[in-house]
Amino acid sequence: MINTTEILDTIHMIDQQHLDVRTITMGISLLDCADPDPNVACRKIYDKITRRAERLVATGEAIEAEFGIPIVNKRISVTPIALVAGASETDSYVPFAVAMDQAAKAVGVNFIGGFSALVQKGATQADRKLIASIPEALARTELVCASVNVGSTRAGINMNAVGVMGRTIKECAQLTAEQGGFGCAKLVVFCNAVEDNPFMAGAFHGVGEPDCIINVGVSGPGVVHHALKEVKGMPFDVVAETVKKTAFRVTRMGQLVAQEASRRLGVPFGIVDLSLAPTPAIGDSVARILEEMGLETCGTHGTTAALALLNDAVKKGGVMASSHVGGLSGAFIPVSEDEGMIAAAHSGVLHLDKLEAMTCVCSVGLDMIAVPGDTSAATISAIIADEAAIGMVNSKTTAVRIIPAPGKVVGDTVEFGGLLGSAPVMPVHSQSAEAFIARGGRIPAPLQSLKN
Amino acid sequence: MRAIVTVLGKDRVGIMSTVCALLAQHNVNILDISQTILQDYFTMVMLVDANQCDLPFAELAALLEQEGKERDLSIRAQREDIFNAMHRI
Repeated sequence: MINTTEILDTIHMIDQQHLDVRTITMGISLLDCADPDPNVACRKIYDKITRRAERLVATGEAIEAEFGIPIVNKRISVTPIALVAGASETDSYVPFAVAMDQAAKAVGVNFIGGFSALVQKGATQADRKLIASIPEALARTELVCASVNVGSTRAGINMNAVGVMGRTIKECAQLTAEQGGFGCAKLVVFCNAVEDNPFMAGAFHGVGEPDCIINVGVSGPGVVHHALKEVKGMPFDVVAETVKKTAFRVTRMGQLVAQEASRRLGVPFGIVDLSLAPTPAIGDSVARILEEMGLETCGTHGTTAALALLNDAVKKGGVMASSHVGGLSGAFIPVSEDEGMIAAAHSGVLHLDKLEAMTCVCSVGLDMIAVPGDTSAATISAIIADEAAIGMVNSKTTAVRIIPAPGKVVGDTVEFGGLLGSAPVMPVHSQSAEAFIARGGRIPAPLQSLKN
Repeated sequence: MRAIVTVLGKDRVGIMSTVCALLAQHNVNILDISQTILQDYFTMVMLVDANQCDLPFAELAALLEQEGKERDLSIRAQREDIFNAMHRI
């Protein structure tokens, strides 16, 4: 039998250190829902999602109750809608988002991702229509998340799309101005997007995936933080080992939940995403882990190195605990969703330039960052271009989820509530990148040798 | 199916009998018990067999939790698998 100490360890992790499964995400292919009549296509989409995900929430809740482990979110990701809606004779894809939203509400999930387009090398007519529909789609729906992949290591960066996305983000903010630009919190611009990511807002169900699949995202910044408190002052070898062991345990739990969900739903198990996903709750912060390593405030010199160690150790520990690892896997650094990041940004220590450096070694990118409402579209595009370049050159996923909060200035805070938290408005450089973004075209794919 | 029942809280008369009576009432067999009291803090861990339980397991867990709340205790029943997964390779 498992001994009492181990049992109490697990219970303390759940009770006091916010250990949870962050999401069970069902990936559903909608490729077979394409139809020349957009109304028929939307009906097929609604029908397929509600049929496939009918038991998703109930199953998640049952597992939660039996294993005593919180499963915070149940979600759905679907085939990038540009690929499905392309067959329909219509100019606006907003009704597709509405159909997704209705289906998500009918089955009781809290987000549905996949209002997406993949345009890393160039855009089809459908991709253009989808991107043009994003602002209205996100303003009119509640649960739909959108994403656009504008670059990859193999294709380079589509700078035309980068330019368009700066304007799209501005438009999203304006259409949801009353909610602080909330629409932007549901829109991610990627480089090297992955096809099996269970986390929102960037989840979509890739074309290489089966008809339906279960992916699970674990979490556990609080557990790692707690473990590191036990090794104060010890060398980094010990820190890395401690993170690895903790990540291993957390991931084993995620793997168990994933397999159980897959078995009960009769849907194949895809991957476990080994991410440290923070929440705004005290004691569930990635920034506080970095500070625990010896930094006075997250964002000061040393932060990038601390994050690099953390990100790598999480992967090393988790990878042996799961049969299939995928998604984004690593440490997330969303500013508004992390109590320590919020505090660091408020104190002025953590700024955008440092966050950009941190994204070179974290699992994703510039995430949930509020900037002044008068930030120009070109500046946002330039931020996206910088971030995409980091992803492209380093063969990693990078993303930008940025909110130019209407009417807000540096020092203000935008409240989103719930898991999305509150975002301190951070300063951006005021010098223009207008002429840079106006060039358009493509940044060629980088060399894969001579790596210096 | 085997499960772990844990009871945590301030020590008082009758905790053990309450939990055991409830488990017996629903036909849950206790396989092993360990119990300690640290500075008036009661900690009991039980391994139980819930195969013949007359309730779905989730309902049993909810019932125990409720029973605990009324007595200012934290009582939870969790499938044993979660602990095995986390602590055994």
